[in-house]
Amino acid sequence: MMKELSIYIHIPFCVKKCLYCDFLSFPAGEVKRGMTERKSALSGSGMVQDDIEYYVNLLCREITQSAEVYKKYHVISIFLGGGTPSLLPADRIIRIMEAVRAHYRVAEKAEITMEMNPGTIENGEPEQYITCGINRVSIGLQSADDEELRRIGRIHDYAAFLKTYDLVRRAGFRNVNIDIMSALPGQDAASYERTLRKVTALAPEHISAYSLILEEGTPLHERQSEYSFPTEEEEQEMDRLTRQYLASCGYHRYEISNYAGDGYECRHNKVYWQRGDYVGFGLGASSMVQNVRWSNPDTLESYAMYVTSAAVKCGYDGAECGQLIEVNGQEEPEAGYILHRQVLSRQEQMEEYMFLGLRMVCGVSAAKFEHIFDSPIEGVYGGTIDCLRRQGLLVRDGDGIRLTERGLDVSNYAMSQFLFD
Amino acid sequence: MAAIDQSKIRNFCIVAHIDHGKSTLADRIIEKTGLLTSREMQAQVLDNMELERERGITIKAQAVRIVYNAKDGNEYIFNLIDTPGHVDFNYEVSRSLAACDGAILVVDAAQGIEAQTLANVYLALDHDLDVFPVINKIDLPSAEPERVKNEIEDVIGIEAQDAPMISAKNGIGIEEVLEAVVEKIPAPKGSPDNPLQALIFDSVYDSYKGVIVFCRIMEGRVSKGTPIRMMATGATAEVVEVGYFGAGQFIPCEELSAGMVGYLTASIKNVKDTAVGDTVTDVNNPCAEPLPGYKKVNSMVYCGMYPADGAKYPDLRDALEKLQLNDASLHYEPETSIALGFGFRCGFLGLLHLEIIQERLEREYNLDLVTTAPGVIYRVHKTDGTMIELTNPSNLPDPAQIDYMEEPVVSAEIMVTTEFIGSIMQLCQERRGRYISTEYIEATRALLKYELPLNEIIYDFFDALKSRSRGYASFDYELKGYEESKLVKLDILINHDEVDALSFIVHADSAYERGRKMCEKLKDEIPRHLFEIPIQAAVGGKIIARETVKAMRKDVLAKCYGGDITRKKKLLEKQKEGKKRMRQVGNVEIPQSAFMSVLKLDDN
Repeated sequence: MMKELSIYIHIPFCVKKCLYCDFLSFPAGEVKRGMTERKSALSGSGMVQDDIEYYVNLLCREITQSAEVYKKYHVISIFLGGGTPSLLPADRIIRIMEAVRAHYRVAEKAEITMEMNPGTIENGEPEQYITCGINRVSIGLQSADDEELRRIGRIHDYAAFLKTYDLVRRAGFRNVNIDIMSALPGQDAASYERTLRKVTALAPEHISAYSLILEEGTPLHERQSEYSFPTEEEEQEMDRLTRQYLASCGYHRYEISNYAGDGYECRHNKVYWQRGDYVGFGLGASSMVQNVRWSNPDTLESYAMYVTSAAVKCGYDGAECGQLIEVNGQEEPEAGYILHRQVLSRQEQMEEYMFLGLRMVCGVSAAKFEHIFDSPIEGVYGGTIDCLRRQGLLVRDGDGIRLTERGLDVSNYAMSQFLFD
Repeated sequence: MAAIDQSKIRNFCIVAHIDHGKSTLADRIIEKTGLLTSREMQAQVLDNMELERERGITIKAQAVRIVYNAKDGNEYIFNLIDTPGHVDFNYEVSRSLAACDGAILVVDAAQGIEAQTLANVYLALDHDLDVFPVINKIDLPSAEPERVKNEIEDVIGIEAQDAPMISAKNGIGIEEVLEAVVEKIPAPKGSPDNPLQALIFDSVYDSYKGVIVFCRIMEGRVSKGTPIRMMATGATAEVVEVGYFGAGQFIPCEELSAGMVGYLTASIKNVKDTAVGDTVTDVNNPCAEPLPGYKKVNSMVYCGMYPADGAKYPDLRDALEKLQLNDASLHYEPETSIALGFGFRCGFLGLLHLEIIQERLEREYNLDLVTTAPGVIYRVHKTDGTMIELTNPSNLPDPAQIDYMEEPVVSAEIMVTTEFIGSIMQLCQERRGRYISTEYIEATRALLKYELPLNEIIYDFFDALKSRSRGYASFDYELKGYEESKLVKLDILINHDEVDALSFIVHADSAYERGRKMCEKLKDEIPRHLFEIPIQAAVGGKIIARETVKAMRKDVLAKCYGGDITRKKKLLEKQKEGKKRMRQVGNVEIPQSAFMSVLKLDDN
């Protein structure tokens, strides 16, 4: 039987970085030098075109030359994430997809998702995406309140989102996710409820509802004193609204932050949580294949060297991390090599099995644990499970071990208990 | 070696307020006498512990012998004995002074006389030392040497008009100081033919030689083979080596005789046998009387010390054992705390001594410590007529068995500029001080005398004093005795469990205030748990203050980005790592820092 593989493809460009974002992404213009704003402007500018062209060429080359390693796999999901993949002209997306299809066995019913941001899609583009096999769209809305959007540095307003959503639906997409956020500066339960109502009224198949997390190094974190964030009680109320309101609209919660209509759970994300094999292509992309984790170089120069060097340095098939060398006073891996290659020990695999699996509302299976690790879960985690159960954070019903709603609320605490000393 | 002419020996020390330049002057004197080149000098030769240099204070008395060719054509031997500069070490200071015949008083030309200047100079005069002043830091723009000279004459009553005007830092006027030592400090007295009578003023433990005893020979002589007896401790030994102090090294010699300062070794295993202040005599030809002034040094301040990692308990025990080899004033005994496990109740001369030991344990022995709030020794008089000395609040007997309690009280002298008298008097009042007197030193400066309970000044009094006088007040104290006081034990309950390591004794009138502040502080220190945690302060079972740590509502990583699991795992690991630095009390995790939070209750 063929093994299953998921593919992640990273597009690091954005029009402008949002104030809360700590992803590997940068404004398209900063790839080399000062650049223009929107994609409409991009098409006229040779420079940006060159940069995007340069990156897409590297990406296609990486995809192509890695294929040999995965010839025994068939691809069950593909996710084009970013950054803003929709910032690329449609023909580039088509080229990337063609590179995948030409060298990998993509299952007929594979889930192929592309992230889009409002205001970066032109008429006719969604149709082209469908033609090249993309069958799921994830749109970053975050809020239906224009003031809230402005405060977190989004480039679009709600009207721009509606326009994008309409283009996507009219093109024929039948599986659409909308990202929303709570705990935004200036947001209160009432405005959050309005966002929930507006979003559910559009009847997307899937909703990701995140809480804003202030990540160190982001502008929002640095300037947090200038913003007014919801109180703990308000945030709790928003969380309650998310659960109750989405449930009442027919969306079931299947992961800490993810809600879906029946049959629309995101297959690709479940691969991460269930520890399926996945390979990431592109700048800084993470992979895990056969219990080896690695990341691609995260600077464009180093990534270019990695891709263009003669040997295929695939992460799990014998590639080695570069030596640490000093660059501008900081230690960095040698240019052209992958970052942090890690062969997971049995214990690390067990830890991941638990803390990733428990993100899902259905939890983990004790039988599957025993099958994978050849050891009953009680022998390894019996004490931890009992302890969390007594604290009301976890339930065990038959084969299933899952977090309670309270357990999901404090999942960092609960999951950290599964780490070994 | 030729017999030493007693008339050419000068045994002296330098007394000063902290920062007035004592150690720097000592360095210059050693430099000028030519035993060391400038290149060999460490910044401050006499302070040879790393810690001492960093803190800029001298912890252990030490001595150096130097040779000076005076203008009169004679060669003089100077024994310069360094004295600790902190009130915690007052007794050691007094024994060092007793080993001298005279003292140089260093006064800062800009700051003039300070509380410690007075305390030290009085101490020197009490020991019948001939004191002559030098005015230091005359090159400072703010120097007022004439004013300071007058001040010395007015306040201390010693002649100061011909005091050498120096800058120890820049080496100005050092020759003058050396000539003044020859002229103004008397040669030692005593006869080598009398029975041996030597004063121990310090000792250090050396793993090869055993205890090295620093002594001043008052009468008689001692050499290799002399059978000796320490008159107070009764320990006996046979002398293996005698010698004098080179700069930073021990130089053996044939004999030490009356008037000389030097060391002896006698395969003594423990510094406890060679207590500072004790008299060494010859077993075969003992002196009639020991030298006056010996007293057993008692700890003034106690606290619990626990290894942060319980498995390091034997390491802590070994480290304390080693430190005690060199520090007879450090006391410790094992104790057990419900909250902190196995540790030691340790006694110190004062808070500085405590901090020094704590730092040495952490730095030299690489131990991570949890220290409980320091306290003083209370006397608990029980209804059955017995009395116990209480060093650990947890051991307080049942209130029904207590007749009354006493606490140690000190006589304190605070030197302050007149504009701050009000705020300092207020501070002393808040700390239950009893006003004694105010003496005006000059128009703008006064010496405030107070009696204060020791437990009110051991931790943050000095800081409060500095902050309320913009750094101008200086402070000195000595133990006066014990007085009856209305004392209670303040208990802290976390999630309804009493945490023994957080209990402390406090005056009944301050109990509410301290309890409230303690609860507030702990509320900030204890992280949120899955459940609500009440923090209560109680006296005799009655709750007097309460705070609540709210339950953790939410602790979740909303998103796992693009399959990057490494970041997520790091976050969980950090969370788990944080827990390891906690102490489990009941089902509450208490950070180790919380046990010291009682130290920082004064937020004025």
